[in-house]
Amino acid sequence: MIEAPPSPKMSAKLPLISDDSSPMIAVRSLQKKIGQQEILRGVDLHISSGETLAIIGRSGGGKSVLLKHIVGLMEPDSGEIWIQGQNIIGMNERQLGAIRKKVGILFQGGALFDSMTVEDNIAFPLREAGERDRKILRSKVSEMLEVMEMEGQEDKMPESLSGGMKKRVGLARAIIRRPSCVLYDEPTAGLDPVVADSINRLIRRLQQRFGVTSVVVTHDMKSAFDVADRIAYLHEGQIYFNGTANQLQQSNDPLIQDFLLGRSNGGGN
Amino acid sequence: MARFFSALGAPLLAFTQYLGELVLLAADTFRCIFTHKLRWKLFLNQVVEVGLLSQLVVIITGAFTGAVFSAQTFFQFNKLGMGSAVGAVVSVSLCRELAPVLTALMVAGRVGAAMSAEIGTMKVTEQIDALRALAVYPVDYLVVPRVLAMMVSMPLLVAECIAVGIAAGYLVAIFMLDINGTYYMANMVRWTRSRDIIMGLSKAFCFGILIVFISCQKGLATREGAVGVGRATTEAVVNASLAVLICNFFLTMMFNIIYPAGYQ
Repeated sequence: MIEAPPSPKMSAKLPLISDDSSPMIAVRSLQKKIGQQEILRGVDLHISSGETLAIIGRSGGGKSVLLKHIVGLMEPDSGEIWIQGQNIIGMNERQLGAIRKKVGILFQGGALFDSMTVEDNIAFPLREAGERDRKILRSKVSEMLEVMEMEGQEDKMPESLSGGMKKRVGLARAIIRRPSCVLYDEPTAGLDPVVADSINRLIRRLQQRFGVTSVVVTHDMKSAFDVADRIAYLHEGQIYFNGTANQLQQSNDPLIQDFLLGRSNGGGN
Repeated sequence: MARFFSALGAPLLAFTQYLGELVLLAADTFRCIFTHKLRWKLFLNQVVEVGLLSQLVVIITGAFTGAVFSAQTFFQFNKLGMGSAVGAVVSVSLCRELAPVLTALMVAGRVGAAMSAEIGTMKVTEQIDALRALAVYPVDYLVVPRVLAMMVSMPLLVAECIAVGIAAGYLVAIFMLDINGTYYMANMVRWTRSRDIIMGLSKAFCFGILIVFISCQKGLATREGAVGVGRATTEAVVNASLAVLICNFFLTMMFNIIYPAGYQ
């Protein structure tokens, strides 16, 4: 069982790897500098199989950078990232390919291929995996669109989709190969509350239906409370808090209170 | 003095790094060509994009270059009573220099710009990251089909440009400049050798490779949103055009050793 630290500031010093289950993802002492700016300054994180972790923090705080490291899209200056027992640091693109088949990612803007239809976008990972049967591809795409509540949108081009629809198609593409872990980069950013809630429901439904491990990077607290089993607060390149939503809400730490209440000059630093 | 060398060193270092990135991309691409399965659909799409959709540009370039070169050569040669030699000059010039260089410049403008803009847009909108996240190697998916399509299309485009240029030159010479068609053809056939055509097509192949790697590298290195895409596109066209002109000189000198001009 993963326990929240008694004091948020002590979280980084406590052992973050629990003994009860094999970790799906383990991040150890991850450091990354871009230009002169230190983005990650020793991040330690552990995500168990089937768990949903929300990583919250201020904009520009390195949340997306951390997510891109987890899927091997960025290389850290130092530290380790273990995915299902394999350290991905130092792997080449071909070796990372095998890891990436297990880990899907939803990009902030969807990152749909704009020269392809919705159907081709969603079927892309299957085609790349060698599936050529049009009937199978069609049925799997339809199934995914049904999960995303977007039936009948196969022939649309990405440019004619709304922000929320793009994210759903991006998500469908990320999960069509049934990865064991899905990473979400700001899944509700820029969406109205109703669409944002539908995305949150979708994330929960995917957890329940496919039992995937999820990492949700967000600064939308409602989204974090809705979907997460556990919340990690990334502050100044380090995990400042790591615990459940209840523990986060009950925390008296001024920095966390400022973040939760959206105070720009509150009691925190 | 230190400032002078520092000012000189920074661009030199940047240029060396740029050349290094180009060489690494080329090495990576050729490794992928020999180790990965070719995506035929993407390759054929690119052949259409590079070859088929460049037809109009190449035909117009070839036709008007051949026509104007025929006229200018006649104006000079006619003073010496050598009007019938125009065909040979037009033909050899088109094969050896004009068609490869002008076609390459047109393709750099049309196709190179499109390649760097498309790849650059994919880069800034995270589509290339999405490819990688879906376990697809971007060089294999984006660069290999373009390189192969360019290798196939450029020699064909240049061959077409030569043929259209010679035909246009012939028509201008016969119908507008009143040159004797039989002498024109006889001189052209006599002085145009297969080595001239080989030289032109070889240059086309080299220029195609230069254009495609410069354009793809610029696209893959794009940063900073729409401004970055615009900058990458401009730089791709300018760099590819300059590379074509500079390399043309060295290729001409090299080919002249292998196939000396005028040698019978």
